[in-house]
Amino acid sequence: MIYAKDINEQTPWQDLTPGGEIYEPGTARAFNTGTWRTNTPVFHPEACKHCMLCVPFCPDSAIPVKDGKRLDFDYMHCKGCGICEEVCPFPAITMLTGGAAK
Amino acid sequence: MSHRLSGNEAVAYAMKQVNPDVMGAFPITPSTEIPEYFAEYVANGEVNTEFVAVESEHSSMSVCIAAQAAGARAISATSSCGLALMYELLYVAASCRLPITLACVNRALSGPININADHSDSMGARDSGWIQIYAENNQEAYDNFLMAMPIGEHPSVRLPVMTCMDGFITSHAVENIELLETDVVRRFVGEYKPEHYLLKKENPLAVGPYDVSAYYMEHKVMQAEAMKAAKARILEVAAEFAKISGRHYGLLEEYRMEDAQLALVLIGSTAGTAKAAVDRLREKGVKAGLVKVRVFRPFPGEELAQALAKTRAVAVMDKSESFSANGGPVFAETRSALYDLQERPYLINIVYGLGGRDVKVEDIEKVFGRLADIAATGEIGTVYTHMGHRSREEKV
Repeated sequence: MIYAKDINEQTPWQDLTPGGEIYEPGTARAFNTGTWRTNTPVFHPEACKHCMLCVPFCPDSAIPVKDGKRLDFDYMHCKGCGICEEVCPFPAITMLTGGAAK
Repeated sequence: MSHRLSGNEAVAYAMKQVNPDVMGAFPITPSTEIPEYFAEYVANGEVNTEFVAVESEHSSMSVCIAAQAAGARAISATSSCGLALMYELLYVAASCRLPITLACVNRALSGPININADHSDSMGARDSGWIQIYAENNQEAYDNFLMAMPIGEHPSVRLPVMTCMDGFITSHAVENIELLETDVVRRFVGEYKPEHYLLKKENPLAVGPYDVSAYYMEHKVMQAEAMKAAKARILEVAAEFAKISGRHYGLLEEYRMEDAQLALVLIGSTAGTAKAAVDRLREKGVKAGLVKVRVFRPFPGEELAQALAKTRAVAVMDKSESFSANGGPVFAETRSALYDLQERPYLINIVYGLGGRDVKVEDIEKVFGRLADIAATGEIGTVYTHMGHRSREEKV
C-alpha cells in the first residue's frame, strides 16, 4: 500500500498509485495550499473574546481551536478570503494585502 | 450449443451469462435492444444485476464509474451520439483505471443525423484510454464481450473495455452462433475482486482526486504503460478462451496472407465481404489477402507491420472520416506502423461505408484492381480517396 506520506513531487511514476487513488483520509492536511493565498489575515489575541464565530465560517478549516480557545491561523491552508474578518465582531482580525504570512 | 441470434441478442446473452452487478444504460439506436433484452432478464429474475435506468448516456457512464469504483462490476451499451455524450466520462473511467465494459454498436455520428453503421463514434473515442475490440460478426461480438472483463480487470491492465460491432449489419442480422454454457462462462470470467474499492471498510479510498501538474503526467504514463501491457493480456485471455470455445483470436486476423502481394487492412463486418472478394481473386490466381484489425486499442503496430512486410501494395479501408485531410484513423495508424519496415509496400487509404453506405464484394474487387495497377506501375496516384459515393469523376 502506498501512503500519501511516502510520495512527493520527486516520486517516479512506478511508485505512484493507479489513477492517483488515495488510500487514507485527511491527506489535505499534509498539502500546503497556503501558497495560493491572496491576502493575509492577522490575529490579534488581545482583542479576541473566543466567541468562535470565525471558526465555522472559515471555508478552509484554517482556524485551529484548542481547549475552547482559537489559536493563530493555519497559514498552510488559509487562502486569505477575509470572511473571518467580516464575521469577527471585535477588532481581533485584520487583513493585510498580499499572500505572504506576517 | 448452436443458436441463431442477432448481434444485439448475442451480446445481451453474454451479459446475462456474466451476471454483472450493475448496468447503467440509456436507449439509442441501434444498441437499444441490448438494455431492452437485459431489462427483461432483470425483470424475470434471471440475473441479480441492479439495472439503473438513467436520463442520458452521460449519466449511464457516471453510474458505471460510481458502481465500479464502489467495487461492483458495471456494464453499459450505447451507440453514436450516446457514446459522444459519454465523452467526458470515458476519460474519467479510463484515468480512474476502472475496468467497465461497454458494448458499442457502431453507428454514424450526427450530422446530418443518420442511424446506420460506420465507425465514427468509437473512432472518435479512440484516444480516451479504453481498450477497443471490434467484431466481424455475431459470434465475435459474443466472444469479445466474454473476454472483455478478464482483460480489463487484470491488475496489470485495469482499463475499461469497449467491444464494438457494426450497427444493423451485425447488431440486427440474425446468424448462426455457438454459445457457451453459462457455468463455463462464469468460471472463465470469474469474480471481480479489485484490491481497492469504495465499499471496502478496512481502507478508506478516494477515487479521481485533483491531480496537480507535478503528478498528472506520471499518472498518464502509468495509463500508457497499462495500455501497452494490455496487448499481452489480450493474447493470454484469447488463449484461455480458445480452450473453452475452440475459437482462436489474435490482435489481428490474417486472411490468406501467407504469400499475399496485394492486401487490405480493415475493421469489422466488411472483413466478411472482403474475404469473399479475396477468395474470388485467389481463384483467378491473384495473390490477394487481408488483415482484419481486431484490437484497435492497444494498436498492434508491430504485428501489423510484420503481416504486411512482404506485400507490394496495400489499401487501408476506413469506415470513418477523421477530417484530417490526410486520411482516416486506421490509415494513420497503419502508415505509422509501416514506417519501421526496411521495405514498405505502396499504401493507399480508402474511406468507405459512411452512414451505412453499402460495400459489396465487387467494390472490394475494384480496390484490389487498383492495388494491382499500383503494384505493376509503381504509380500510387491519389493516396487518400473515398469509395461508394456519387461523383462526376470515375473512380474506385
